[in-house]
Amino acid sequence: MANTDLHTAGLQSADLHAAGLRRDEQMERWRLFGLGSPALLLVLVILVIPVGWLFYVSFIGADGAFSLENYERMISRKSYSRIFVTTFQVSLLTTGLCILIGYPLAYFMSQLPTKWANLCLISVLLPFWTSLLVRTYAWLVLLQKQGLVNQWAISIGLWDEPLKFVHNMTGTLIGMVHIMLPFLILPVYGAMRSIDRDYTKAASNLGASPRRAFWTVFFPLSTPGLFAGSLMVFVLCLGFFVTPAVLGGGRVIMVSMKIVSNIELFVNWGAASALGVVLLVLTVIILWIASKFLKLEQMTGGGH
Amino acid sequence: MSDKPEALPITVRGVTKTYGRVHALDNVSLDVRSGEFLTLLGPSGSGKTTLLMVLAGFTRPDQGSLKFGTDEMIRTAPHLRGVGMVFQNYALFPHMTVAGNVGYPLRLRKMSRAEAKDRIDRALELVQLDGFGERNIDQLSGGQKQRVALARSIVFEPRILLMDEPLSALDKKLRDRMQIELRHLHEQLGMTTVYVTHDQREALTMSDRIAVVNHGKIMQLATPQQLYDRPENQFVADFIGDSTFLPVMRDGEGVRYGDTVLQMDGAVPDTKTLALMIRPERVRLVDGASEGMNVLSAKVTELVYQGESYLLYARLNDGAEIAVRGAIREGTFANLPRAGDAVKLGLHRADTVVIAGEGA
Repeated sequence: MANTDLHTAGLQSADLHAAGLRRDEQMERWRLFGLGSPALLLVLVILVIPVGWLFYVSFIGADGAFSLENYERMISRKSYSRIFVTTFQVSLLTTGLCILIGYPLAYFMSQLPTKWANLCLISVLLPFWTSLLVRTYAWLVLLQKQGLVNQWAISIGLWDEPLKFVHNMTGTLIGMVHIMLPFLILPVYGAMRSIDRDYTKAASNLGASPRRAFWTVFFPLSTPGLFAGSLMVFVLCLGFFVTPAVLGGGRVIMVSMKIVSNIELFVNWGAASALGVVLLVLTVIILWIASKFLKLEQMTGGGH
Repeated sequence: MSDKPEALPITVRGVTKTYGRVHALDNVSLDVRSGEFLTLLGPSGSGKTTLLMVLAGFTRPDQGSLKFGTDEMIRTAPHLRGVGMVFQNYALFPHMTVAGNVGYPLRLRKMSRAEAKDRIDRALELVQLDGFGERNIDQLSGGQKQRVALARSIVFEPRILLMDEPLSALDKKLRDRMQIELRHLHEQLGMTTVYVTHDQREALTMSDRIAVVNHGKIMQLATPQQLYDRPENQFVADFIGDSTFLPVMRDGEGVRYGDTVLQMDGAVPDTKTLALMIRPERVRLVDGASEGMNVLSAKVTELVYQGESYLLYARLNDGAEIAVRGAIREGTFANLPRAGDAVKLGLHRADTVVIAGEGA
């Protein structure tokens, strides 16, 4: 076959650039890596090294030698376990309230035409335009004994005596839920938007009432967003300082506040570091468990 | 499936749906016979999908009546209508397995596990997916998803089945095969089926009758053959198949094109303007006048080779251009006239169809 001969001849004589193409491929990969390198460097300098330092300091005793006294103190003193319990309590309650308020709102937004949904989204994000501190103190002004809320409620006769909204758990939760809500709404809304509307239509065509269609089809499909949002809120709450410090008024003591007092009052870096380490480790464990749970959820999810 | 569910006729009367000033459906009335395979065919935006959504209950019309059998359904919620539906993108629940999806309507109907399993197996067998029950949806190919969607829509034995362009996401070969399969399945199950498509070949292949829809109105409702051979108006003639239109004049009882009085079998519509519809494959190249044949003289402008057929463009004396299509067999293509040659085009009296002209 003359044709085939010609073909092989071409193969032998022509340069097929194999080495060059391979080199190009490698170059492309390095360039891509190059784009990420500033961020990687930053993570190394401001995260990996300091966290390593934190671990190191937590094992240094008051006398400057290696010791476990910072951890022993946490176990032996009741106040520490109370602080951890409070921290988890506040975080769980805040997350729960955020879900109760945020999920229906996200659902409402996801059902709106895009134009209106975007407007709502901007309103949800609006609080981000002012600082956390300003918003927290604003709540203090609103909720205190002589604050607007109490004044108005009394003047229209909702209650007679000023209610105590701040410097307690209630105030802490109001403030934290307000700050955290967008972090829940955004991922939930994102997940809901990506749910094809035909799924709910199909469910109702197959005989599901609106309620059944929601619980058997829409809700299971929105859970990845709900988990992501809840987890984010929960983890952010665990280390939250400003809002509980201001609105809790010293009555709601969370881990972050104890860390601050350890440093500012007692200049005990070792004890503060140990608290930081424990909080970090607990957070990582929670994330790890949650990731297992998430995968499990996706695997079994809703089939039967 | 075991015993055929009794099919139901669908009666649509005066259904109107407007979006702002646009009439998505303009006073539509339609009768779908019990057990019939009826296709709504039209260009995008014609209102065919809106009409299907009215049948399913997902679009609320401004007014109108819709009956399944003798029951008025227009205000019934979608989940109480008991019609099966295959969605364009299948809408299979991604968080359930194949069996989970097909069994979904049965779980809603509180069927016992054993009976449900039996039904699921039979439905999957029917769409040739036996043994696929435990697969996840994302493990399926497009054609398999299509079959699962179909199984899910028929497993609860609805008496009416709606399909919204179910094959549009498949490649051509698979689509051709699925058309035949759907057709067979319909014959087997016998449920009243309303099928929406913009693909005229699909409509011609599958349907008992086709309703051509445009601007929210039904332009013609007829069998595939009637629709292709005797379209009632220029829109239908133009939308289905290729065609050229020549303006013709009324001449007493008959019709003439220029000086040629046309021989024809069909009736002449009672409108002011008339047009002669010419389908490329119905025109032949002839040597001269013969019995029952209308002959037009023309000059070839272009000859195109298209594999299974040729397409020849010829210009008539008055400047109008018509296309002629013919099959290519051994020796035919070499003997065809080339550009510039004078030819005689023959149109048999049975193929000579005069329809209402545009704007009539």
